[in-house]
Amino acid sequence: MGGYIAKRIGQALLVILLAYTAVFLAVQALPNDPVTIFLSADSSADPATIAQMKAYYGYDQPLIVQYLNQLGGLITGDLGYSLSSGSAVSTRIGEVIGSTLILAGSAFVLAIALAVLLTAAASLTRNSTVRKALLNLPPLMISIPVFWLGLVLLQILAVQLGVMSLFPDGSPLALAVPIIVLAIHLSAPIAQVLIKSVQEVNQQPFVDVLRAKGASESWIFYRHTLKNAAPSALSIAGITVGTLLAGSVITETVFARAGLGQLVLQAVTVQDIPLMQGLVLLTAVAFTAVNLLVDLIHPKLDPRIITAHAGSPRALVA
Amino acid sequence: MSLLTERTNNDVALSSTTTAPQSPEPRVTTGSKVRAWMGTWWVLIPLAVLVAWALLPGLFTGSDPITGVPQEKLSAPSMAHPFGTDHLGRDVYARVVHGTSQTLMTAGLACLIGSVVGSVLGLLAATAGRFADSAAMRFVDMVLAIPAFLIALILVTATEPGPFSLGLGVGIASIAAFARLVRTEVLRVRARDFVQAALMSGGGYFSVLRRHILPHVIGPVLALLAVDLGAAILAISGLGFLGFGSPPPTPEWGLLVSEGRQYLTVAWWLTTLPGLVIVAAVMLTATLGRAISKTFRF
Repeated sequence: MGGYIAKRIGQALLVILLAYTAVFLAVQALPNDPVTIFLSADSSADPATIAQMKAYYGYDQPLIVQYLNQLGGLITGDLGYSLSSGSAVSTRIGEVIGSTLILAGSAFVLAIALAVLLTAAASLTRNSTVRKALLNLPPLMISIPVFWLGLVLLQILAVQLGVMSLFPDGSPLALAVPIIVLAIHLSAPIAQVLIKSVQEVNQQPFVDVLRAKGASESWIFYRHTLKNAAPSALSIAGITVGTLLAGSVITETVFARAGLGQLVLQAVTVQDIPLMQGLVLLTAVAFTAVNLLVDLIHPKLDPRIITAHAGSPRALVA
Repeated sequence: MSLLTERTNNDVALSSTTTAPQSPEPRVTTGSKVRAWMGTWWVLIPLAVLVAWALLPGLFTGSDPITGVPQEKLSAPSMAHPFGTDHLGRDVYARVVHGTSQTLMTAGLACLIGSVVGSVLGLLAATAGRFADSAAMRFVDMVLAIPAFLIALILVTATEPGPFSLGLGVGIASIAAFARLVRTEVLRVRARDFVQAALMSGGGYFSVLRRHILPHVIGPVLALLAVDLGAAILAISGLGFLGFGSPPPTPEWGLLVSEGRQYLTVAWWLTTLPGLVIVAAVMLTATLGRAISKTFRF
């Protein structure tokens, strides 16, 4: 167990280091340095200003020094300085991250709940038409763009029915609707995997034994099937964290919410590469951390992972 | 029983070198054959319409997608304008039809990059030794750790918004899925007896790969390709919605929805109808993916 945990943590750190290196190299591979790119739209910037700014932000140092400096910064939580505002990237992210965390966190929890609910309903219903309809829901949910669902709901709720405002006004509905929109998109892949693995578990002999001893269908589902089907759905839930972030950016734009989304769009529009780099690293760390957590929960759900699979438990779903 | 069927599959695979294994069909009439074919492959017909929209938009609409008739601005869907008109009096249906090529080409570029690079990487990981395997898989982990969306955005930040940087960004992000799939499939096939037999009877690395392993891997890859095309359409229209695709007035699906957003209170059709086309296109590619995987039965 201890060896497994140490190995997973080591792999997670390696992935973060690789992601950092890749982003660093990608920035170096650009035809120009970040300062020149940032000032390219500004015609008043002369070479002297550019050189001065490069020296100020440390872009004139040898590559290896820049690499190690930025890596040291990353470890201590310093992500460099935003070119567009001059303030620290970590400060700018800290200002808005709360709002995004509320949106993304609630949507993530709701998405898992929706997926379990959908799977339970599809597994427990006796009506085959209802079951077929429920099984066809995830493919539909995954095909609906987040921005479109958000706009259609705004159109219906705000314009036709007039029960919510087009802009966030702090009302419960203004918070709930974005969360629901994001959760619907996110729950589709989780539900798809959960349904598939529930079907696989249901074919195992122990389910017949439970049925023969007189257990009710819902008892079997909640006490046994769901527990056995959970690990693969959990892996997918971990992987959807990437989608969650992209979805949050789009949802925040649609509902005019403040948050990381605004910051991302601003970084792209003014070509603020250090800010973008910081945001990407933050996402990579968040993604890796959530998946590390998933991998650490895995053995609790299914102890065979440690004994039977020496490699990554995610090999099960790969 | 399962052993027996596996043997039969192997024999079929050994005898057919160029085509994928197909089960011998019982004698049936042409009518029922067509019906059975339609049952699985009906999805190709609406997809063909989409491709035709992309290639020959002029055949499907007489209206100009760029210049509108100002007198007819913001008119609701009607026979003359099935999707209504926008604030400049442009026919929205014409803009959707003309925007198909932009969206499909960008998505196609993304899929091409993702599938080719991903498959090569997966193949190397599965066949070129332990070191190549762990190197390739760590690379895949790293790509997975950065959301597709941000990879595309980094490219757009560093270069400039446009279909090429979008396609490249979304394509790089989809490398991981292909690499993982190809690696798993190749590892699965490689362990089978007929591959060992081919190797022992003197087959070289490339000839065994090409004749015995790849035909078994191609089905799952095609299925993923169809699903990935849908995902790419979603990602690209999302980025187009945020304004990182082609600049206006080029019609592009995501941009169309985004333009309609300003008229949400007066013209519901500007956002709703182009969005429905995106939903339909993504669902069709997903259905195609399921049809392919059903046919190849993996």
